[in-house]
Amino acid sequence: MSDKPDKLITDDGLRLDGRRADEIRPMKIEIGVLSRADGSCYLEWGRNKILVGVFGPREAHPRRLQRADTAVIRYRYNMASFSVEDRARPGPSRRSIEISKVSREAFEPVIMAELFPKTAIDIFVEILQADAGTRTAAINASSIALADAGIPMKGLVTSCAFGKVDGQIVLDLNKEEDNYGEADFPVAMTQDGEITLLQMDGHLTPEEIKKGLELIKKGCKEILEIQQTVLRKKFETPVEEPEAKAEETEIEAEETEPSLEYAPEAAVVEEVIEEAEELEEELSEETTEAGAVTETVPEAEELEEIVKEAEAEVVDGEAIEEAIEAEAEEEAEEETEEEAEEEAEEEAEEEAEEEAEEEAEEEAEEEAEEEAEEEAKGPWKVVKDPSESGSRGENDE
Amino acid sequence: MDKKIVIPGDLLSENSKKAGYGTYVKNDKIYSLFCGIENLREDKVGVIPLAGAYIPSVNDVVIGVVIVVTPSNWIMDIASPYDGLFHVSEYPRRVESREMPEIMNIGDSVILRVKDVDSSMKVELALRDSNFHKLKTGLVVEVEPVKVPRVIGHGGSMISMLKKETNCSIFVGQNGRIWIDGKDEDMELLSKALRKIEAEAQRSGLTDRIYNFLRSERSKQKESKPAKYFKSRKKETKLPKEGHSEEIYRKIDVLLDPKN
Repeated sequence: MSDKPDKLITDDGLRLDGRRADEIRPMKIEIGVLSRADGSCYLEWGRNKILVGVFGPREAHPRRLQRADTAVIRYRYNMASFSVEDRARPGPSRRSIEISKVSREAFEPVIMAELFPKTAIDIFVEILQADAGTRTAAINASSIALADAGIPMKGLVTSCAFGKVDGQIVLDLNKEEDNYGEADFPVAMTQDGEITLLQMDGHLTPEEIKKGLELIKKGCKEILEIQQTVLRKKFETPVEEPEAKAEETEIEAEETEPSLEYAPEAAVVEEVIEEAEELEEELSEETTEAGAVTETVPEAEELEEIVKEAEAEVVDGEAIEEAIEAEAEEEAEEETEEEAEEEAEEEAEEEAEEEAEEEAEEEAEEEAEEEAEEEAKGPWKVVKDPSESGSRGENDE
Repeated sequence: MDKKIVIPGDLLSENSKKAGYGTYVKNDKIYSLFCGIENLREDKVGVIPLAGAYIPSVNDVVIGVVIVVTPSNWIMDIASPYDGLFHVSEYPRRVESREMPEIMNIGDSVILRVKDVDSSMKVELALRDSNFHKLKTGLVVEVEPVKVPRVIGHGGSMISMLKKETNCSIFVGQNGRIWIDGKDEDMELLSKALRKIEAEAQRSGLTDRIYNFLRSERSKQKESKPAKYFKSRKKETKLPKEGHSEEIYRKIDVLLDPKN
């Protein structure tokens, strides 16, 4: 390793990548990048590239791992063979097993595992590209992926490392600093500042550690803000989008417009319907029974049937075909009928809707009751909200 | 909209007595457990999660799929980390063990109610009502369980609109399984709409949006295959017409009958 730079920190206090001692590397986060995982996160931190997938709570296999009172949390830290300069031997190594263990323990205090007995929550971390501080980056990413998966957590876990480089305490080491520095000190903490992971590699004095922890607090605060912003943005996006959506609906409206071309024909059909109705009336004079039939069909769509009846009986089914202009071929007729139907329906709809509303209201009441109950649920401990009762399922026929 | 998005660890309230679903109390303050929507009420502060698995609770109505038939139980997958047990004694009549696969075999779907869930999450299932609802027709669509309330809509508005617009029967299980039944094209349209609901669950005015979506899809359907559509329509409309006119003729005959 002869390519050690002479100085890791310049005289004016800048590091190799131009950062100051108390600055973290730039972080980029994407949420929900894996469609098969319940929650996922892709994180770039400096030159680290990390992909995390979270599954669960799901049935724990093998079953002997199940705990009767709580979920088991499994954390798998894995480096891709191409993640470092020299090919990393695939499969678990001493190092990755250790990192998996400490990282899992970093999450155990925040995940409400006791809400999901007998299940497993799996966190899979893949290091695609490593550039020092992968375990801290992985914890930051996992934290977001867990939140994305909808796993109840008391808060996000944030992680950051400090180290000693050229005798100076600096935040968030990069590859060179890690390789040629004197110490590396990764820490993970909850947002309240409770430390859930703490490791040290190298030699540090108590004063240095104190100083470093101050840096860590500052770094973690910055990271937490990034995590929170990203998460909020992810869940807020759809709300911000209505403009784009409005455009879409406009386009949709345009798309549906062609049907308006049939409107005049619909009018013709309406006329025909009126004629037919007149005929029907005439008919009904002769045959009160038949008239009764018309009365018993209040639904607008059945007007069509009446038309047809009238056609069949009086005009011998040709009325519509004649009335509609030449271009109104069978197809068009079909459409116009539809249109007419719709228009007629609209009239009838007002009434029908009222009825429907009433019905809906009935359903709504049930729903509302439930919802009310739902809201009236006890504290979070009662995750099995008994009030979210089955009556919501009553919405079938 | 006053829908406030919260994420785990967000402070919701200083009054620990108001803790509702999806929250936890620490140092007499309420914090959120989930990524979700803050649900502020007079006496409760809760969080409606935007993701998460279905955890069965008593009296939920769910759609289960048989995965194992044992001599006394049907073991059902209920789209949850926990399997459900439907004991043979819950079936309306006495059934011998060897007859069980004839009633329900592996892969069959059925509407059931969660009868009991114990602390070790053993889920016992029972009939929803006195009827045995085995799903023989239609299809089952799965959505995320947290989005079930969106599918039902505020006061059932979404579901009644869906029923009206697609002419399908719909049954929503609380585990996110939705059974739909109707004509093939209607079901196709409805499952598209359900996917859309799932994707746009957090948007406001979702019911209207889905209504427009259904309408535009309908017109697309008409345009794309008018000939086929027309033919099938023609057949359908013709039959009742003949039936009707025949009936009317008969009635006219009766009226014209000089004996009357």
